[in-house]
Amino acid sequence: MILVLPIILPLLFMVVLIFTRRWLFFQQAFSLLASIVLTFVSALILADVYQNGIMAVQPGSWEAPFGITLVADTFSALMMTTTSFVAIIVMIFSPGFIDKERQTAGYYPLVFGLLMGVNGALITGDLFNLYVWYEVMLTSSFVLIALGGSAEQLRGSIKYVTINFIASIFFVSAIGILYGQTGTLNMADLAAKMRTWEGGSYINSALMLFFIAFSVKSALVPFFFWLPASYHTPPIAITALFAGTLTKVGVYTMFRFYSLFVVFDQQFWQIFILTLAGLTMFIGVLMAASQFDIRKILSFHIISQVGYMVMGLGIFTVSGIAGAIYFTIHNMLSKTNTFLAGGLVYQRSGSYDLKYLGGLYKASPFLALLFFIPAMSLAGIPPLPGFFGKFFLIKGGFEAQQYFITAVAILTGLFTLFSMVKIWNEAYWKKEPEDVKVKNGKVHPSTFVATALLALAVILLGVFAGPVMEISMNAGEQIVNPEMYINAVLGR
Amino acid sequence: MLFLLAILIGVLYGAAVYLLLRRNIFKLILGLIFLGHATNMLLFVAGGLTSGRPAFLRGLQDETIGMSDPLPQALILTAIVIGLGVTAFALTLVYRFYKVTKTVDFDELSENE
Repeated sequence: MILVLPIILPLLFMVVLIFTRRWLFFQQAFSLLASIVLTFVSALILADVYQNGIMAVQPGSWEAPFGITLVADTFSALMMTTTSFVAIIVMIFSPGFIDKERQTAGYYPLVFGLLMGVNGALITGDLFNLYVWYEVMLTSSFVLIALGGSAEQLRGSIKYVTINFIASIFFVSAIGILYGQTGTLNMADLAAKMRTWEGGSYINSALMLFFIAFSVKSALVPFFFWLPASYHTPPIAITALFAGTLTKVGVYTMFRFYSLFVVFDQQFWQIFILTLAGLTMFIGVLMAASQFDIRKILSFHIISQVGYMVMGLGIFTVSGIAGAIYFTIHNMLSKTNTFLAGGLVYQRSGSYDLKYLGGLYKASPFLALLFFIPAMSLAGIPPLPGFFGKFFLIKGGFEAQQYFITAVAILTGLFTLFSMVKIWNEAYWKKEPEDVKVKNGKVHPSTFVATALLALAVILLGVFAGPVMEISMNAGEQIVNPEMYINAVLGR
Repeated sequence: MLFLLAILIGVLYGAAVYLLLRRNIFKLILGLIFLGHATNMLLFVAGGLTSGRPAFLRGLQDETIGMSDPLPQALILTAIVIGLGVTAFALTLVYRFYKVTKTVDFDELSENE
């Protein structure tokens, strides 16, 4: 029953934090401890799933097709562990960065609401329940992105709320249509039914609605415009948390659905997904190259990198999926880390705009190093994890003889390097701009420690690429062979 | 009945899209509400229409064949509650936005830096 904990625990933590909202120090300490506990629980689940195979729990003793099932396979357990780890880092970072008003206005309880939604979406085995968890996650993120209520934030959150509401509408309509056709909501049962389905490819209409919903949520071309329009508005600790968790849950769900439900017209779906993946990574990185705000460059990068993950899905071989999973884990860490390093730049110099920055390398080489590590990891320089992620993906692409998408991936890597070097040159390397006065601020120790810890984690992910890749291979096998998932849930 | 409901859903979706495309943010929210209702109706119809039969039976064992499927209705209830919450939040957001910027025009949403 350990599988219930990743949902119950954040709920309990959230309740405690809501009632102690005014005690700032308690909030900070408790949320740090709570996120460590959460990571520990998720790691236990990961170890269990890795050794004993897919874990399924039927809460309330309602047997599989009727009740709501909770399922953890290696991919979801890995995602849960990484999410909670990112939460630890953000919890260390926040006290030194977010102003006291926002911290006591419910920042900490909302973070745990978000984590509850993310964990729920990762381990539920029921379609409608998945929708509910998405809403739990999104509602927390709605409030987090608007928290504080500055005009800029309000602008960003109106766009964010609207587009996510519309995406949810697509999601629910698809569930309704699919239920009308098949009469079941249990994902494993549905997948089993589809494999003996007589109704032909009518199911594709519902699948396309699902696909639109999740490509909005994970910011694929052509549904990505909301992300750079809203992600840069809240304090960067919140952006970092979003960047490390939200879009990745969309990608995860896409993997799960593709593995379970795409039975008909697989060729069409493969070409479709590969095309969108290629466009996403290329357009994302090109748009990043034209920006001058650090947060916006990094936001466009999220899009580009989602393209890589979806490319692994389009390849759909064990090694391709495993590469994509490793890449996702790397991205959750490195992306959060670059955002946090951007936060350090802001504390030091008082701006995110590259035009008003400069000379940071000379001023504090340590801060420069903290940006350099995750940025080079994202750009794919060995021995950092970004290199291995791209390497495994490209290797998977060649093995599956998808040469075109692989070429696009390599080209995109070059552009990624270009825009990372752009931040590096402008903010750290060039001389201080003469016409504007650069603020000489202090970096809070907690933000520094958090960023350094995460950079260390990024390096370790590169050093231990072998073992992590082995886990990813295990997860990839489970994704490519959905029978394992179906049998585990239906108890065959 | 099915025909009428289908037309109703279509009209609701049409009105929602029309409102979403207006320049006023408050009308955008109204559009979202319409969109939510249209989808709830869609769920209801897609779940299968069985008229004149109860969704719940008590104490009767053989008559389960005569039941209508209660699940879509349960789903719609959940969706309505979630939609209500999101709408309430969105309305608050627009109100705050109006207080800060003194306008509800879409142009104010673009960043003119």
